[in-house]
Amino acid sequence: MLMTKEFEILDHTADVGIIAYGADMKQAFVNAAKGLFSLITNLSDVDEALRRDIDLTAADEESLLVDWLNELVYYFDAEGILFKRFEIIELDDTHLKARGYGEKADNTKHELKTGVKAATYHMLKIEKNNGYRLQVLFDI
Amino acid sequence: MTSRWKEIVKKIDDYRWEIPTSYKEGMSVPGRIFSSESMLDHIWEEHAFEQVANVAFLPGIVRYSLAMPDIHWGYGFPIGGVAATRVKDGVVSPGGVGFDINCGVRLVRTNLTEEEVRARIEPLVNELFYNIPSGLGSEGKIRASGKELDEVMVMGSRWAVERGYGLPEDIVATEESGCMKGARADKVSAKAKKRGLPQLGTLGSGNHFLEVAVVDELYDRDAARVMGIEDLGQVLLLIHTGSRGFGHQICSDYVELLGQAVKKYGINLPDRQLACAPVDSPEGKDYLAAMASAANYAWTNRQFILHWARESFAKVFNKSQAELEMRQIYDVCHNIAKIENYDIDGKPEKLCVHRKGATRAFPAGHPDIPEVYRGIGQPVLIPGDMGRYSFVALGTEAAMAETFGSTCHGAGRLKSRGAAKRSLKGADVARSLAAKGITVKAGSMASLAEEAPQAYKDVSEVVEITHQAGISLKVAKTRPIGVIKG
Repeated sequence: MLMTKEFEILDHTADVGIIAYGADMKQAFVNAAKGLFSLITNLSDVDEALRRDIDLTAADEESLLVDWLNELVYYFDAEGILFKRFEIIELDDTHLKARGYGEKADNTKHELKTGVKAATYHMLKIEKNNGYRLQVLFDI
Repeated sequence: MTSRWKEIVKKIDDYRWEIPTSYKEGMSVPGRIFSSESMLDHIWEEHAFEQVANVAFLPGIVRYSLAMPDIHWGYGFPIGGVAATRVKDGVVSPGGVGFDINCGVRLVRTNLTEEEVRARIEPLVNELFYNIPSGLGSEGKIRASGKELDEVMVMGSRWAVERGYGLPEDIVATEESGCMKGARADKVSAKAKKRGLPQLGTLGSGNHFLEVAVVDELYDRDAARVMGIEDLGQVLLLIHTGSRGFGHQICSDYVELLGQAVKKYGINLPDRQLACAPVDSPEGKDYLAAMASAANYAWTNRQFILHWARESFAKVFNKSQAELEMRQIYDVCHNIAKIENYDIDGKPEKLCVHRKGATRAFPAGHPDIPEVYRGIGQPVLIPGDMGRYSFVALGTEAAMAETFGSTCHGAGRLKSRGAAKRSLKGADVARSLAAKGITVKAGSMASLAEEAPQAYKDVSEVVEITHQAGISLKVAKTRPIGVIKG
């Protein structure tokens, strides 16, 4: 199956979620991260001026996905970083090593849309069926 | 099939509905929803029943998994949910508090009239907007050091007041006197501290706001007078914000940590977002110490904002803060877990009361409310959407008996943010508010569309139910004339 769609936005009364697709888990993790930042800003306005290395260990695959997205929320909230591109270097059920590329948010250049408080476990789904499909809801 | 809920819930009376334990295997107590029949249709469509039922799984939960009429679908716990668990053998759940720990509302009186304020509403709204940092990615004017942030976590509002931001009487008129005991900075992660430092003294974005309001209707003039609300047309100020990224990170950290505790203590849960640990375990105690730190951060945050709001009024009206008599009426939190004492089956019991999108509503005579309100009951502040109205109410004995001293907290969303944005444009929302005599200044047009009045339930319906059920009693209704959105 050809994976053309990277992610889609899910509507939830109080919050917002994403469904991310990928031929493999790495790609699905990358697309989930892109989905997250597409909620925050228009990714086409973001340049690759800086890089952050991310190394995470979690109890299981679901925790790893939530931790990954929460790590990115943290970088935005604490350092004001908007990421637009991601490389997953290593990924198994409990460990992830990745790089994120982007730049610091700048009011004159980036429209900041939705503030994301956190990724949640609520209705979290990791499905493997002819490719990967990840569903995550955010508290916003 | 919106009426399918009729096969599930049992009607107790016009405002009380019960979900029996037979609804879902694993519920240890029934669910109880405070709602009207017409509002139940919406609650059912939202699958909020399921969440009320899931909360009833929590070990040590007492009497009911409760839902207020503004209930809507949250993550794990419903928003508008109240759950009390026994301290001796029950659990505490960060999901039962929410990400925005001590999100709350502060109400301030002035001696200005609608006429006086309308004459200068544009400069006032502009001054408030520039003086109080708001919006996504905004940073505060407070440049606290790491050590100072540790002090904020333990001291709460007093930290700001001692530095000249506000008055000692503001502290008295704040739930918990603006300082929750048991806070410990060493139970808060370095990440939370890093997120919290630049955001101290900021309003934030999303549903947070500052509102210049006018008293529109009085239901209990005597109680209103005790609060300093004298007459129709009097101008009040409403502040709605919480613990910002600091609280969000603490919640994320502890959902993860308590997710491991669930396995350690062998707790059976239907949803991972309900992660919890025994109240009396090291994990549970650590969460409560971190949560109290965030609660104190939030009170300090609202204290700074109040101070800058007073400055703004003083500048625009060219009067001193004392001349404007901008006394704080009260400050309530609506996302919190607290250890409180109740009589359960005739015996005193120490309970951990989770209020997620619910307001404490203690009655007259309760020792935990300020002395000035002991004769009338605790003021309850219930903000609505930015186009209609908000309410001031009072806590009651019925709330003590039925809802662990709790009532509703707001309107509750009707439309998702996406649906609101698709059907409305920020500029149109601003125009239609202007036509109603409401001046709005927002950080982004998108947030204005997301927070449009049409995206919310009518808060008067919500407040009417809690009033009729007797768990809080209406005192006053206010309507906005100026709004600042993040």
